[in-house]
Amino acid sequence: MPKDHGIGAAQKRREDVRFLTGAGKYTDDINVYGQTYCHFLRSDVAHGKITSIDTSAAEAMPGVVRIFTGKDFEGIGGLPCGWQVTDKNGDPMKEPPHPVLAQGKVRHVGDPICAVIAETLDQARDAAEAIELEIEELPAVVDMRAALESGSALVHDELTDNLCYDWQFGSDQAAVDKAFADAAHVTTLELVNNRLVANPMEPRVAVAEYARANDESTLYTTSQNPHVIRLLMGAFVLGIPEHKLRVVAPDVGGGFGTKIFHYAEEAFVTFAARQINRPVKWTSTRSEAFMSDAHGRDHVTKIELALDAENNFIGLRTDTLANMGAYLSTFSSSVPTWLHGTLMAGNYKTPAIQVNVKAVFTNTVPVDAYRGAGRPEATFQLERLVDKAARELGVDPIKLRRQNFIESFPYATPVAVEYDTGDYVATMDKLEEMIDVPGFAARRAESEAKGKLRGLGVNCYIEACGIAPSNLVGQLGARAGLYDAATVRVNATGSISVMVGAHSHGQGHETAFPQVVADMLGIDESMIDIVHGDTSKIPFGMGTYGSRSLAVCGSAMVRATEKIINKAKKIAAHLMEASEGDIELKDGMFTVAGTDKSVAWGDVTLAAYVPHNYPLTEIEPGLEETAFYDPANFTYPAGAYACEVEVDPDTGKVTIERFAAADDFGNVVNPMIVEGQVHGGIAQGIGQALLESCIYDADGQLLSASYMDYAMPRAGDVPFYMVDHSCATPCTHNPLGVKGCGEAGAIGSPPAVVNAVLDALNHAGHDVAHIDMPVSPHRVWKAMQG
Amino acid sequence: MYSFDVVRPKSVADAVAALGEEEAQALGGGQTLIPSLKQRLAAPAVLVSLASIDEIKGVSSEGGTLKIGGGTTHGTVAREVASSYPALAAMAGNIGDPAVRNRGTIGGSLANNDPAACYPAAALASGATIVTSNREIAADDFFEGLFTTALEEGEIITAVQFPIPEKAAYIKFEQPASRFALVGVFVAKFADGVRVAVTGASEDGVFRWTEAEAALSGDFSAAALDGLSVPADGLMTDLHGSAAYRAHLIGVLTKRAVAQA
Repeated sequence: MPKDHGIGAAQKRREDVRFLTGAGKYTDDINVYGQTYCHFLRSDVAHGKITSIDTSAAEAMPGVVRIFTGKDFEGIGGLPCGWQVTDKNGDPMKEPPHPVLAQGKVRHVGDPICAVIAETLDQARDAAEAIELEIEELPAVVDMRAALESGSALVHDELTDNLCYDWQFGSDQAAVDKAFADAAHVTTLELVNNRLVANPMEPRVAVAEYARANDESTLYTTSQNPHVIRLLMGAFVLGIPEHKLRVVAPDVGGGFGTKIFHYAEEAFVTFAARQINRPVKWTSTRSEAFMSDAHGRDHVTKIELALDAENNFIGLRTDTLANMGAYLSTFSSSVPTWLHGTLMAGNYKTPAIQVNVKAVFTNTVPVDAYRGAGRPEATFQLERLVDKAARELGVDPIKLRRQNFIESFPYATPVAVEYDTGDYVATMDKLEEMIDVPGFAARRAESEAKGKLRGLGVNCYIEACGIAPSNLVGQLGARAGLYDAATVRVNATGSISVMVGAHSHGQGHETAFPQVVADMLGIDESMIDIVHGDTSKIPFGMGTYGSRSLAVCGSAMVRATEKIINKAKKIAAHLMEASEGDIELKDGMFTVAGTDKSVAWGDVTLAAYVPHNYPLTEIEPGLEETAFYDPANFTYPAGAYACEVEVDPDTGKVTIERFAAADDFGNVVNPMIVEGQVHGGIAQGIGQALLESCIYDADGQLLSASYMDYAMPRAGDVPFYMVDHSCATPCTHNPLGVKGCGEAGAIGSPPAVVNAVLDALNHAGHDVAHIDMPVSPHRVWKAMQG
Repeated sequence: MYSFDVVRPKSVADAVAALGEEEAQALGGGQTLIPSLKQRLAAPAVLVSLASIDEIKGVSSEGGTLKIGGGTTHGTVAREVASSYPALAAMAGNIGDPAVRNRGTIGGSLANNDPAACYPAAALASGATIVTSNREIAADDFFEGLFTTALEEGEIITAVQFPIPEKAAYIKFEQPASRFALVGVFVAKFADGVRVAVTGASEDGVFRWTEAEAALSGDFSAAALDGLSVPADGLMTDLHGSAAYRAHLIGVLTKRAVAQA
């Protein structure tokens, strides 16, 4: 019997009732009495010097309240970067200012120059068109290699070049050199990890209001982490102390990473509301989202694998150029380094690994974390490389992987991390069973009978979730702690509100988190609600990203609930005149071991708040506990993915016929939600592999600036997935034994798709070593032409 | 969107009169114009909606000819010509998504002449006649290049007359993002010959592949096209495909259309 209650139950998501009936409350649904509307005048050139801004005619337009320019922000902080990376020479990364409104120069198409505030949005837009703006266009820096050449135009004039940092990490140079010198075979691959636009269904929105009487600001914003925004914006940008600043992230319609970051627009409306003493609202259009939401990926990599004569991996080295865009977005610097380099061992016991990353400024939208953040880039290059090695050596790609699997845990990689648990053989066994490897030949024959080519692609992945511990990440350059927090407030009649630092924007926390507390207390989930997204209600937690919510915030919730149980047992012991050590809690009843005495959960909670018969001299009334949890290590979800494609040899069009995912997420609280997360992640991975591509021209104009040219995956592009998470090796260091599942699909799926396409082409006699993503019909056709 | 006035004439005559006003713009189903307005790329003073003119809606047939009112939606065409001209119905039923098909009109699509739209290929391959508020124009004379037609200021497409071919098929290879035709080929076989129209490919918009027409008029089979190709010169290159790729696809899709017809 499947469980219908507590940990492990596939409960339907309670939040879907409001989402599916149109009752969700998103930021754009918030309208404040007296609000004004903000429209940003953005740069339409990639790089230029602002020679003059004349707002006088615009200010006289109907309904205009005020027009702000960069001048209004002189002396006010810029947007900070949250992670300082140290160059291989020991120097800190270059960290040029990131102004709220452009100061003297524009550095990408979409860079905000002026902000017009008016009584209506149309009036604001009309006035923006009346601003007289002169920009002296400068040569655009777009291509990363060209950006690093001497003589390139400079994105930031105060720097000597466009290099943000040159980072090196991993084994000693000598060990890596020796591995390559000793190698019987070296496989080399140069590839691009394509730039993506996150495209959450809900665009970004910010609404700010200011209460002059008590000097309090409130910002409603589309954020994955309201406390982080409050800290960054309050402390570093606007100088508003936390107790005078409330940040609310209500229902958020998808984030995928791009709503982690602190953006100029939300800082601006908060600032402007104080200046004009009126509420200010900004809602991004989809077109603005394309040119102002942080983009993802955009790496260019050369990777080399050294193998000995028995096909054991003996060395790996990479050389990556990572695009930072025009400014350092909040966590941009950490993505190609600590979230990417540390994962380069993958699932393999390669003894010598060296990772080199040059981060480059260009005149493009800032690039930052997008679902997976660094780990998809690591997985793609490694798993494409292993596949290429297998083809070059004429060995089975699954066998080559199995031969090199890490099989004993804990395992310390040459790239600093220690995997606590895993069973890569088990997930590969499960995968082979799910995809039915023996049946592939028959399916290929069927496809060939229809005139189609068929390929099978397989890959493994490892990822690191629940980024922490804080003291370690602090040494690595993080400017924040990465714990989380939860407050469990038990009400007098026994119902519970759990205030959490994690933020749910599609992850189903409102359903899954109560399952944990209900399981611990033996009460029904319906008695428990989750409160999130409002800094005035929740403890200081770091929000949701990096598949961390359950592993980190869920652990804090467990710790707080344990404190509740301990105190409740003391109260129960008092009520039953028994010894605290003899009290047991089961199915919502407190009993005294070895007797028939019992009190119910509700009797104890009522006693806590109506403490007439209560041990007042020993414990305080009330039943509310907070815990902060700082993890001891990352968690390491891992798995194996397989994809079968058909390729139309006449057009190059690829269709995905079968897809299987065998994941090890450790323990699972709600298997239905986990499956949904995997489905969504794979859909985004298929999107990256086959469809999505953010393209700039040589002048820095964004060519893929709308859905007419930026191809999002649709239902018809993805298959029915086979998903399994039964090969579980629970995390050893958090109380739930959970690892995280939010990003796995996006990390694990792109190489499987591309490997499958290459298998199809090579089997049909086309000698194709690699095709960059997206593997579009045009690119496949071109590759087939030789 | 800039502000504008809307008028909803009930007759073609009233619509023509309304379009005579300064900066007036006809509005069919709005599937191109409304997004342009929202992006402030167009600023008409008056929108003359053709949606209330009953005389330009609906499908009728006379002899071997279908007459489709200019204000007829793609959805209606897909339903109502399914038995009389199945290839046309299939084409109309595969434009955009249901929302587009329930608003977009045949007249709007032809008047806009998007180089990647489907209807121009159907009209040209069928040898259709475009009937306007003041004349009849053969499809061969109607399409004049990207977003350019023989229509004059204020002229409204009231109907399109399609001779019904013996056999026909339209094959669209979708651009991955917009799902417009990266290349689309409409093949129509009549008693007196075959017509082949290609959309999505040329820098000059929809065109007839006359070499293929000649070969197919002699032998209506995919094999008849062996060895024929369209030169890449003058074809479009963009994010989604080069001119050479488009030229290749024209050959592939024409064969498939012949096989399907």
